[in-house]
Amino acid sequence: MAHFSLLVIVVITTALAFDFTNGFHDTANAMATSIATGALRPTVAVLISGVLNLAGAFLSTKVATTISSGIVNDRLATPSIIFAGLVGAILWNLATWLLGLPSSSSHALFGGLIGAVWVGAGINGVHFDQVVSKILLPAASSPIIAGIAAMIATYLAYRITRQAQERPVTRGFRHGQTISASLVSLAHGTNDAQKTMGVITLTLISTRALAPGSAPPYWVIACAGLAIGLGTYAGGWRIIRTMGNRLTDIAPPQGFAAETSSTAVILSSANLGFALSTTHVVAGSVLGTGLGHHLAHVRWSVAAQMALAWLLTLPAAATIGAVSATVAVHGGTLGVVVIGLIALAMAVTAYTISRRQPVTANNVNDIPPPQERHAALGTTTT
Amino acid sequence: MHIDWNSLGKVAMISITIAVSIVIIFSLGVLALSHHDTNTDHNGHATLALTGAILCFTTCATVVLYSIYLIIPQLHH
Repeated sequence: MAHFSLLVIVVITTALAFDFTNGFHDTANAMATSIATGALRPTVAVLISGVLNLAGAFLSTKVATTISSGIVNDRLATPSIIFAGLVGAILWNLATWLLGLPSSSSHALFGGLIGAVWVGAGINGVHFDQVVSKILLPAASSPIIAGIAAMIATYLAYRITRQAQERPVTRGFRHGQTISASLVSLAHGTNDAQKTMGVITLTLISTRALAPGSAPPYWVIACAGLAIGLGTYAGGWRIIRTMGNRLTDIAPPQGFAAETSSTAVILSSANLGFALSTTHVVAGSVLGTGLGHHLAHVRWSVAAQMALAWLLTLPAAATIGAVSATVAVHGGTLGVVVIGLIALAMAVTAYTISRRQPVTANNVNDIPPPQERHAALGTTTT
Repeated sequence: MHIDWNSLGKVAMISITIAVSIVIIFSLGVLALSHHDTNTDHNGHATLALTGAILCFTTCATVVLYSIYLIIPQLHH
C-alpha cells in the first residue's frame, strides 16, 4: 500500500467515512420499529443490525463495477471528482441526521457525484435520463407500494387477532418483528457496503493500482464491511426516534406488519431488477401501518418534513459536491486537502451541536408530550 | 427516457401480495396460540389450536429461509 498517493488515501478514507454515515443513517430502517415496540432493547438492536450488516458485506460477491449505477459516466470520474462527490454525500447525511430526518444515503451519494462530475468533467458526464428512471420514479413509488402493503397488513393483523388475548399477541408479533428486522439488516449489508467497495475499487483502477475489471481486494471488502457495521452499531438515534416514535405510534402488530412489508418490498424489488431506496420503503411502511390502525394517527407535519428532505437530498448533495469539485479539481492535491479539512470541521461542528440535546440508546423512546414537542419543532400537527 | 412500468407493476403486486399473505398467516398462528393458551382444559381444542399454530409458523419460517436464500448471492449462483 506504500505506493498509494496522498490523494488516493484521502479518497479511500472519505469513502469509508461515507460508508460509516450510511450505516448510522440507515440503522433506523431495520431497527426503529423494533426499538419503538420494545421487541428489542436499543443496544441489542443496533448490535444485531451492525453484525448483520458486516456479514452482508462479506456475503455479497457481485463485482462492484459501477460507482453510480450509470447515473454519471464512471470513466470521467477522477479521484478528485469522486472525493468531491463523497464530501457532498457525507455533509448532507450529517445535516439530515442532526435534524433527525431519514433521507436516502444512495440519493446523497448520487447527488454528490452528479454535482462533482457536472463541474469537474462537464454536463455530458451526467446521464439525466437515468436520474428520472433510477432515482425520481423509485423514490416516488416505493413509499406508496410499501405503504399500501403495510396498511392492508396492519388492518388484517388487528382484525384477525381481535378476539385473541393480549399477551400472546404482543409476544408473538414482537418475535416476528425481530426476524423481519434482521432480514432487512442483512439485505442492507449486501447492498449498501457494495457501493463503497465500488467507489474504492474504481478509484484504485483509475490510478492503475488495480487492473481494469478487478474484483474488490479482500482488504477493501473488510474495511467497507467494518465501516458500515460500526456506523450501524453507533446508531443514528435521532433518526431512529423519528422513524419509530414521531411519525406515528407503533404497537407490536403494527411493527410486525411494517417490517414484513418493508422486507417483502426490498427483496422483491432487488430480485426483479427495480432497485428501491430502503429509507423510502421503510418510511412508507411506517406511515401505512399508522393509517391501517387508526386512520388519522399519522403526524403529517413530520411526514411533510421527511418528504421535503427527500426532495432536497439530490440537489443539496449535488450543490455541495459541485462546490467541492470546483476547489478539488482545480486546486490539485492542496485543494483536496483544503476541502477535506473544511468537511472535517463541519462534521465536528455537527457532532458538537448534537451533544446539546443528545439522543442516545437510553432516551430514544422518551419523547416529549405533544404540546412541548410542537413547540420544540415550531410546527403544528393534525 | 425509459421507464420500466412492467417491473414496477410486478414489484408492487408481488410485494403487496407476499406481505399481506405472511401477515395473515402469522396473525392466524398468533390467534391459534392464544386459543391454545385459553383452552388448556379441553384437550381436543388445545391440540387442534396448537397444530394450527405450528402449521402457520412453519409456513412463515419457510418464507424466511427463502428470503435468506434470495439475500445471499452464493446460494443461487
